[in-house]
Amino acid sequence: MTEVAQKKVASALAPLQLSGEHHLCPGCGHPVAWRILLEAISELGLEQRAIGVVGHGCYTNIVQLADIDFLQCLHGRAPAVATGVKRVHPDAAVFTLQGDGDVASEGLAEVLHTAARAERITTIMLNNGVFGDTGGQMTAASVVGQRTKTSLDGRDAETHGHPVPVAELVAALAGSAYVARGSVNNAGSIAKSKRYLKRALELSAAGAGFTFVEILTMCPTGWFLPTAEGPGYLEGTFEQTYPLGVLKDGPR
Amino acid sequence: MTLTRGTVEIDTERCKGCELCIAACRPGVLVMSEETNHQGYRFPLLEPGCTACRACRDVCPDYCFEVFRFDQAMEV
Repeated sequence: MTEVAQKKVASALAPLQLSGEHHLCPGCGHPVAWRILLEAISELGLEQRAIGVVGHGCYTNIVQLADIDFLQCLHGRAPAVATGVKRVHPDAAVFTLQGDGDVASEGLAEVLHTAARAERITTIMLNNGVFGDTGGQMTAASVVGQRTKTSLDGRDAETHGHPVPVAELVAALAGSAYVARGSVNNAGSIAKSKRYLKRALELSAAGAGFTFVEILTMCPTGWFLPTAEGPGYLEGTFEQTYPLGVLKDGPR
Repeated sequence: MTLTRGTVEIDTERCKGCELCIAACRPGVLVMSEETNHQGYRFPLLEPGCTACRACRDVCPDYCFEVFRFDQAMEV
């Protein structure tokens, strides 16, 4: 084979990413969300201003491989802590990275009050419908019919209640400036989710108000599925309960 | 002979064998290996016909792909 000139069009690691090693399961959607988050921060030129606040979950591993300042706080309390960070450092681009267990189950009050106060921060919620890090229990955002370790026959609305659509709740509050929901189950959705993250980070850093991006991610381990079936399951169940797209752009 | 516009470098030792890249590959030129890496996972191998579309790199949760585009497409 003759040598041909070639140029690199995509690196394995995102800018600001120090390592590609992580302990997350095969087929997990979180590392994909990390990458588009780091790409968004880098492309907006917010590297030196970004301060992340993480809750508790598998995604917390981002603190070990991203070259950004992070702070970890009590389960679900990231928006409250981020409020403090932003008020002390008004020039910082403050964001929280949380899971659905963190936002919808543990810290629903924090995220709603932070949105109502129009704090100039971005909350990113990675929604896979399970408490993955603590063993795969059902969360408030698990979809009806979803099997988890604590709902082995599938979530039953009669017994377990209905899923909480956090993005819709945040969008209804006057303090939120931008709310969008994306997913990472195929290359097109990943590109869209990245655009949502860029817009959200840009608006909150510019002082427009509270911005919220929910990203649906695969958790084949928590869903009891072969890894290759994760994207299809996400599309067939999660995307039916949680429609994708921009829910709100600009204050009410 | 297949028209090939690019190639990928695959970090096969980092791969955890989730096969998301296999479904994401639009020209369908990634296939899973028979042998396993040091972690015990099968990993993707590239066949001729890559278009350098980056879909494999975008969906990979383990950061295994670097994508290169050839200046000129070639028959492989």
